[in-house]
Amino acid sequence: MSASLTLVVLMAVMYGTGVYVMLEKSLTRILIGFLLVGNATNLLIFIMSGRSGNSPIIDDGVTGAEIVDPVPQVLMLTAIVINFGITAFILALIYRSWWLSNLGDEGDDVMADEDDEEAMEADQAEIFHTSLEDDDEAVRSVLEEGGDSDDDDAPHAQEPSEQERDVMR
Amino acid sequence: MNALVPLLVIIPLIGAAVTLILGRYPRVQIVISVSALTAVTAAAGVLLAVVDSTGNPIVVKVGGWEPPFGIVLVVDRLSAIMVLVSSLMLLGVLIFAVGQGIADRDRDTPVSIFHPTYLILAAGLFDAFIAGDLFNMYVGFEMLLAASYVLLTLGGTGSRIRAGTTYVVVSLVSSLLFIGAIALIYGATGTVTMALLSERIRALPLEVQMILCAALLIGFAVKAAVFPLSFWLPDSYPTAPAPVTAVFAGLLTKVGVYAIIRTDKLLFFDVPLTVPLLIVGGLTMLIGILGALAQADVKRLLSFTLVSHIGYMIFGVAIGTELATGATIYYIVHHITVQTALFLVVGLIERTGGSTSITRLGGLLKKAPYVAVLFFIGALNLGGIPPFSGFLGKVGLFEAGAASPSPLVYVLIGAGAVTSLLTLYALMRVWNMAFWRPKKDVEGYESPMIESLQESPDAVNGTATGVATANRTSVLMVGATTGLIGLTLCLTVFAGPLFALADRAAGNVATPDSYVESVFPGGTP
Repeated sequence: MSASLTLVVLMAVMYGTGVYVMLEKSLTRILIGFLLVGNATNLLIFIMSGRSGNSPIIDDGVTGAEIVDPVPQVLMLTAIVINFGITAFILALIYRSWWLSNLGDEGDDVMADEDDEEAMEADQAEIFHTSLEDDDEAVRSVLEEGGDSDDDDAPHAQEPSEQERDVMR
Repeated sequence: MNALVPLLVIIPLIGAAVTLILGRYPRVQIVISVSALTAVTAAAGVLLAVVDSTGNPIVVKVGGWEPPFGIVLVVDRLSAIMVLVSSLMLLGVLIFAVGQGIADRDRDTPVSIFHPTYLILAAGLFDAFIAGDLFNMYVGFEMLLAASYVLLTLGGTGSRIRAGTTYVVVSLVSSLLFIGAIALIYGATGTVTMALLSERIRALPLEVQMILCAALLIGFAVKAAVFPLSFWLPDSYPTAPAPVTAVFAGLLTKVGVYAIIRTDKLLFFDVPLTVPLLIVGGLTMLIGILGALAQADVKRLLSFTLVSHIGYMIFGVAIGTELATGATIYYIVHHITVQTALFLVVGLIERTGGSTSITRLGGLLKKAPYVAVLFFIGALNLGGIPPFSGFLGKVGLFEAGAASPSPLVYVLIGAGAVTSLLTLYALMRVWNMAFWRPKKDVEGYESPMIESLQESPDAVNGTATGVATANRTSVLMVGATTGLIGLTLCLTVFAGPLFALADRAAGNVATPDSYVESVFPGGTP
């Protein structure tokens, strides 16, 4: 079996750094270490396929001597998928433990805070809403006055400007 | 018959998908997961009956690919026994968990994610047991581990995240060792199909065999919690919810033991492992049980006895004769059942007594006589009192040891007897404190110092959940626990036929050539 020296060196470096980083206390570094070691293991599997060759597609005239061993690639692919899933879970775990360590027990009362915020937002929205309604009302009154101006209703007659009346007509 | 084999994995997986989709309907989820596990149990029963009557393993070529290229699933007697016992346990614990959910009137979280995860765990477990190649076994391990990560951190409370972190990191390292070992084995032999490996590994130089074997064994030993690699277990298991702990304690470590038996008997039977395994097994027994003696929390105490009793199985594997393998298989079945049942009983104790700490429990015999009876039977069984199956399993192991005598084996038999007595002592301490002594003795014990101790997170947790949930057991919880304890009694009553079955399974395991022949009827390529 022959293997590329570059890959072997790369694998060794990834194993070394990965294990070193994994020994840290921080969970994020453990994750980075796990990713390095996991990918080093993938490389190890890949190296086990031996010499390089053509892609392993059996066609007319293709012999086993020309193509590369496909099995390690399959194993690697599966291992990559599994590592991906586990990484996603660890990220969630890191986030949750960060949440708990920073917010402590109050972190679990987050629903109450959210409720407050929602209530505040709702209040603000209502203010905004009412002000919008006020605006609408003002505009409507302007429009009505514009319409009514022909009738010459006394109390509202002064509010709309001359220009607006011109626009309306 | 062959169609039943993939169903062992497919039914739980489909069940998991459906329960995930129907997360809003807890009742439907319960119906689906219970029926899925019942179906698997029935299938496993049929498979065991068929395999045992014909004596030949059932081999299924998945997708119709021929063995060295495609995946094979192999069900021999050992696999069928493991699948049947674990599906029974999963079913019992599921019913307990459903009962607990009903008792809590817990309609949304975390039940909606519990059922799919639980079924994935089951699928991974069965896949690992019936895998005919190493890589498929790795995939099975990863499935059950990923599910176990979720189950262990269910709810995401501080203590569970802390315990889960340890567990996840340790399991990841062991998985990396496992797949690294698979890569090396592939490099040395050019295959991962176990039947072919069995032939090709024999052709390798002994030194290479030893390296490959050690790489694989260390990965499995972490999972099985064998002594120097067992310290993660008592820290992580007890924090999970009672049913989850019961499943983990009963089944997850035994997958590691199963994998050790498989690789040792099928792949590396030339490697002289007896002495190192004997030493490791003895240390696992003694150090585990010494840890149990120091515990006040019943869940932690049981976790330590779990570690300790893994030592008996390693002892059996180490002796290596057919007789010893048979006794080991019987012991595994016994231990899965009794350990799961005891953890469920502890779940009941937590409900009725409001705590799992023996310094704060008392008077339970009067308060819950039925739970007391269940605990007493389980404790005597685990402690190895005759006539229970724990006693029979240990006698079988000791007999097998005495049949292939060496000074070290006799030391191990002595260590096994001491461990058995100490287990009994630890469990009787629980009995005396939690059940036998009157409640007022506990209340008199409430000194200010104890009160200050209750400020610690564990104690507060105990009281908070305990007081709130005290006396809230449902018929289903008690029923499931009774069923499992009843099963341990069945292991005693039907010990004769079961031991004979275990011996026949050991006969399969001891002749790897028959395994190879059933996968490659026309000879290996």
